[in-house]
Amino acid sequence: MKYIDEFRNKDLVAKLADLINKSVIRDYTFMEVCGGHTAAIHRFGLKSLLPGNVRLISGPGCPVCVTETDFIDKAIAYSRMKDVIITTFGDLLKVPGSTSSLEKEKAAGADVRIVLSGLNALEIARLNSGKKIIFLGIGFETTAPGTAVTIKQADEENIKNFFLLSAHKLMPPAMEAIIKEGVRLDGFICPGHVAAITGSSIFNFIPERYNLGCVVTGFEPYDILQSILMLIKQVNKNTPKVEIEYNRAVTIGGNSMAQRHMSEVFEPCNTRWRGFGVILLSGLTLRKVYEKFNVENKIPVKINYQADNELCICGKILRGLETPDDCPLFAEICYPENPLGACMVSNEGACNSWYKYSQVK
Amino acid sequence: MKEFISLNQGSGGKFTHELIEKVFIKRFGMAEPLTDSAIIKESGFNIAFTTDSYVVDPLFFPGGNIGKLAICGTVNDLAVSGAVPMYISASFIIEEGFPLNDLIEITESMAEEASKAGVKIVTGDTKVVGKGKCDKLFITTSGTGILKPDFVRISTGKGIKPGDKLIINGPLGNHAIAVLSVRNNLSFRTTVTSDCASLNHLIQTVLQSCTEILFMRDLTRGGLATVLNELAGMIKSGIMINELSIPVDDPVKGLCEVLGFDPLYLANEGKVLIVAGSGEEQKVLDILRSDPLGKDSEIIGEIVQDKHELVLLNTSVGGRRILDMPSGEQFPRIC
Repeated sequence: MKYIDEFRNKDLVAKLADLINKSVIRDYTFMEVCGGHTAAIHRFGLKSLLPGNVRLISGPGCPVCVTETDFIDKAIAYSRMKDVIITTFGDLLKVPGSTSSLEKEKAAGADVRIVLSGLNALEIARLNSGKKIIFLGIGFETTAPGTAVTIKQADEENIKNFFLLSAHKLMPPAMEAIIKEGVRLDGFICPGHVAAITGSSIFNFIPERYNLGCVVTGFEPYDILQSILMLIKQVNKNTPKVEIEYNRAVTIGGNSMAQRHMSEVFEPCNTRWRGFGVILLSGLTLRKVYEKFNVENKIPVKINYQADNELCICGKILRGLETPDDCPLFAEICYPENPLGACMVSNEGACNSWYKYSQVK
Repeated sequence: MKEFISLNQGSGGKFTHELIEKVFIKRFGMAEPLTDSAIIKESGFNIAFTTDSYVVDPLFFPGGNIGKLAICGTVNDLAVSGAVPMYISASFIIEEGFPLNDLIEITESMAEEASKAGVKIVTGDTKVVGKGKCDKLFITTSGTGILKPDFVRISTGKGIKPGDKLIINGPLGNHAIAVLSVRNNLSFRTTVTSDCASLNHLIQTVLQSCTEILFMRDLTRGGLATVLNELAGMIKSGIMINELSIPVDDPVKGLCEVLGFDPLYLANEGKVLIVAGSGEEQKVLDILRSDPLGKDSEIIGEIVQDKHELVLLNTSVGGRRILDMPSGEQFPRIC
């Protein structure tokens, strides 16, 4: 198939793996920031093709995984209200809140519907004027423009029964938090879809300020191995910079229209990340003019915040400090059917990927 | 918190197994192993007996409708057990207000498919329930057929040994994607049609010409991955699959990429996994490929020795990983 098969060509992949093997002169640790990369690495068994001294660790780029328990608890509280329809991306359904999940609430009678975009949710609002439709806005710079367009559309049509519960987040502040945390890294495999929107230039501060290489990467096996090779070369020559491997989708400047929608509707705010705590100006909240769509203002809810399971090390995994193997709960009492931490829930979560696609040498 | 049944428990994977074991087997008892049809020995005959409920949403989809599905599904459950399907029962639960013309169209499809498959619909039942008490129309079909004594072992996989080959009769995932494509809330269009078809004639041709058919199972809910994991557990061996030899049509592949689905977990309604004794795989393949329902058949892997009963996948790019049983529904991903 066009644009997929070419990047999954076994011979090309073997050649790249060989080149990587020939290029390594030391140990390397790279972080794949995006959950899509984590999933692809495991799904295609890429670690089994890499030399032992190239270590990949998973970063905070799975939107489900970094979403705080209190966001799920709020969504659950709303779902229990009369005449409310919760609309959400599918991944959020299974995420454990403090005591329940949206999936369990759905089984118990809540009206929770899976949508593919905010615009689907808006359509549900048009068709159900007697109900309040709450869209769970989640994701990084990749999905935030879609939510922004949805809000503008709702505003233009003066739709009064559509609301947003936003957990949208920004990627660069989290990457900076990881560096400041002192995680030993030699470079970032940067998120391709985020960069398609923002442009690769948002990562410029990383080589400039922290002397670490960044390669913006696509999601196919060839892309990922090619990026690893590019990062190895940067490290070998000590020339950290931002490079674009995913040049069929990413430019330096990005998608200016999407950026405009995003900045017209949202403004940065401080927000809490699961495992990190509060990161300054790393979240997106609705600007004043669109505040009428902010469900937390319109329909305040109270939740009893409960801390996560003490033994769960999702936080450390998300910060790249430990791997799922280090967790005492992993595969013992925490597995995809019974996720205790968010990293086990999403297909793109580090624990879920490790569990499902264990590497077999 | 009180426990409620969740959709997960109907997805065909681990949760469904758990529910069946904890609730049904515990109370009904069950002759191991669990297969699609029960094989009953009665008056010198081996009778295959199966039942299945159809709740597909929407009722009409590219390539078929709930009626056609209700016949194919039950015919295939019988056929893969090695039986010649003979008699079918059909029960209808109809929601008040359901358009009569739709019911006529659906039953016409059933009659047509039954005639193609050579089975007779001999008994049935009708219930109409109040509006909102069921979703438009549910159909339950049961079926019986007779099988030769030699074929009784087929559904259990007895006699399978390392080196035996796994064959499927065509591309995976078309049914699931065709149905998804016409659901209201998903806004994409495709040309994919369901593979919904009765496989009994194809299977009988294979059985009549080959002596080493060691196992068959249709690849419905839960897809190939589920069946492979069930088989590995049943025969206490490992299975090695080659991703490159598994046929998947381009539009299905593309939509799986977009939605974050894996075609190996998607439902099919006209696909069968056959385990053929080592040495007989080419003959089976040739027979399958000479039939329109098997023209894209491929040998996808083989049975291997492995005490962990793992299903391993050689990935398309040369890596290797475990192919696990699905856990719950596959949901479209965020980005």
